[in-house]
Amino acid sequence: MTTSAIIMIIIGLGIVTYLVGRARAVTLSQGKLSNMHSRPVYYGAYAAICAMLPALAVLVVWLIAAPIVVEKAVKTSLSETTQEISVATGNLTFGTVRAIAGGLTKLTPEELARAKAGEINLREILGARGVPLASETDPAMVAAAEDYNALNATSRMAMTGVVLLVGLLGAAFGLRRIAARFRARNGVERVILVALIAASCIAILTTVGIVGSMLSETLRFFASVSPSEFFFGTVWDPRFSAAGNANSAGQFGLLPLLAGTLYIAFVAMLFAVPIGLFAAIYMAEYASPMLRSTAKPLLEVLAGIPSIVYGFFALITVGPFLRDLSANLNGLVTGNYQSFIQAQSVLTAGLVMGIMLIPFVSSLSDDIITQVPRAMRDGSLGLGATRSETIKRVILPAALPGIVGALLLTASRAVGETMIVVLAAGVAARMQLNPFEPMTTVTVKIVNQLTGDLEFTSPQTLVAFALGITLFVITLCLNIYALYIVRKYREQYE
Amino acid sequence: MNIITDTALEKALDAKMNTTPLKMIGKDVSVYYGDKRALFDVNLNVRQNTVTALIGPSGCGKSTFLRCLNRMNDTIDHCRVTGLITLDEQNIYDSAIDVVELRARVGMVFQKPNPFPKSIYENVAYGPRIHGLARTKSEMDQIVESSLQKAGLFNEVKDRLNEPGTGLSGGQQQRLCIARAVAVSPEVILMDEPCSALDPIATARVEELIHELRANYTIVIVTHSMQQAARVSQRTAMFHMGNLVEENDTDKMFTNPDDQRTQDYIMGRFG
Ligand SMILES: Nc1ncnc2c1ncn2[C@@H]1O[C@H](COP(=O)(O)OP(=O)(O)OP(=O)(O)O)[C@@H](O)[C@H]1O
Ligand SMILES: [Mg+2]
Repeated sequence: MTTSAIIMIIIGLGIVTYLVGRARAVTLSQGKLSNMHSRPVYYGAYAAICAMLPALAVLVVWLIAAPIVVEKAVKTSLSETTQEISVATGNLTFGTVRAIAGGLTKLTPEELARAKAGEINLREILGARGVPLASETDPAMVAAAEDYNALNATSRMAMTGVVLLVGLLGAAFGLRRIAARFRARNGVERVILVALIAASCIAILTTVGIVGSMLSETLRFFASVSPSEFFFGTVWDPRFSAAGNANSAGQFGLLPLLAGTLYIAFVAMLFAVPIGLFAAIYMAEYASPMLRSTAKPLLEVLAGIPSIVYGFFALITVGPFLRDLSANLNGLVTGNYQSFIQAQSVLTAGLVMGIMLIPFVSSLSDDIITQVPRAMRDGSLGLGATRSETIKRVILPAALPGIVGALLLTASRAVGETMIVVLAAGVAARMQLNPFEPMTTVTVKIVNQLTGDLEFTSPQTLVAFALGITLFVITLCLNIYALYIVRKYREQYE
Repeated sequence: MNIITDTALEKALDAKMNTTPLKMIGKDVSVYYGDKRALFDVNLNVRQNTVTALIGPSGCGKSTFLRCLNRMNDTIDHCRVTGLITLDEQNIYDSAIDVVELRARVGMVFQKPNPFPKSIYENVAYGPRIHGLARTKSEMDQIVESSLQKAGLFNEVKDRLNEPGTGLSGGQQQRLCIARAVAVSPEVILMDEPCSALDPIATARVEELIHELRANYTIVIVTHSMQQAARVSQRTAMFHMGNLVEENDTDKMFTNPDDQRTQDYIMGRFG
């Protein structure tokens, strides 16, 4: 029986058990639900859990363990017949055996018999059936393949039997426990709690896993390039062409990339913060409910646009526009029509990223401003302050910590943003202050280092992990600090 | 004999009251929240240097009327006010009236103490600052001190003027809010259940304060406590379902009201 069929059967069993259990509980209650500790649905759910959970657990364990056991058995028998097998060739041979085993199921019994007798070439006929083999087969392999199939079939049968048995036993156990004073509800609640904990553990463990793997790759990078060279180096020149040549490792200075990242993020915030903040103030304090209910979602649509779209907007529209504009300005002033803003520049990337960040700033700030209690507004207005005085002197100061937190969150987005800078900022790693020239960022370099077909062994590619973890630490610190500030602010009105 | 004295006394009182000039006049005041009408043609006058109490069951429109007097209803979307309200014979809903100036003349103290999250000093200095009442730091110090003095709070907080106002006790916070309102030298002070969040001792302090303030200010107070209305006010107005039921001298109102509904309400027979 296939695995999915088994799962279906278990689910079916669960449903049946649930219904039976519920019915039993109803009968037991003799028409008065208060006779029972829990409501009938809980008894049903408890019985269903007893039926399904152990069976599914057995199924999972079996599915993981069986291939390992079978492989071991087949390998032992193989090495007994062919003796001189090392680990590496053993794995290779076993791969072939598995391929043959898969192919054998596609042959008719007569064909199989003829192949074993050597009348037809097994490799050719399997090839014709769509199962390519790496090498010629020998009888020992075919025998092992048959073994393999037989073992698998037995294992599957045993598994089906055991799983269904466990399911039935569980169902019986669950149903038998139904009694008036039995606390089914508590049992069900505990299972739900465990499921929730498991879900959050998975989320946390993945994060830990990602960080761990990044860390180990980073350590490999630092084995060939010293940390001080990486963190304090001012030259970025990884020398792709020399990759693989141990003598010319290239220079991996982080500083030019970090400077570019922070500069572009700064320019972006320069555009996003005032516009976003003013928009938020308008939305929260002035806009009529009608306008607010239409304009706010509209503004938030901006946040839903994928950043790659902003990227080519920058590349195709904004960059050339700024370049031509600067050429015309220059021409008007000096008569020399030469552009002083390059199409790919800090300004282009920062401007477009700023546009992308406006909705974040405005919707976060808007939430925070509207959280300021109405009593504060009334107090100020009641003293004869105008709306803008109220905003400036009462609402913004009260909301300031929260807004700062929101801005930090936005900044961490700006630092981690990739697609816009890949397309609009350029790839030249330079340390300079002119916003009209291209610069590059950490994220751009990560993309550059990883797109290509270099092995993950040279510092040229491993540096991506070092960059990634640096970026991760920066944004993490920003986020933690932002959350800290936001939380502190929240306490103020409680 | 007895009856005659009573009438004579009443007449004397009426005569005295009637000579008190009217500070604010409300004529046919109606308020609508969207389509819902909350006040029905209320005619209610506020006398100078008098404490006027507004009483009535919950939801009858006391706060609504109070907020009309300094146009705080303007800050509520969908709220519409009709009728005439004057302050010193000037229509406050006239387009020529600057609402900022009006609110400086008609201050407000709210039900829940709502000090700004600033220092005690800054809380009191807030109003004078936006209205430019003090030119120098020492003038401002003067205003802050005298306002706190008037609110009976100065002695308690004089050593910690720079600590946040939100750190005071509830009763102190409410007196801070009164000081804040007093600091802009209003002519009228509106109080919406100023003691409902306070314990009896703090309430007594605030009531005492209202007594003292009466000499210099005109006060309108909303309260749910009959005792409080009787203690602090000279005039009382009874609202019921958006209508003004009766307006009278407080003494008369609590001993011998004209309207049956007032009597029932004061006796606690409906709420
Ligand atoms: N902002 C508002 N929007 C809509 N309706 C309102 C609003 N404020 C008050 N109302 C309605 O107007 C009526 C009068 O309300 P108001 O607050 O003036 O009552 P109140 O006498 O002050 O009551 P309470 O003693 O409970 O404070 C009530 O029916 C109330 O539901
Ligand atoms: Mg009220």
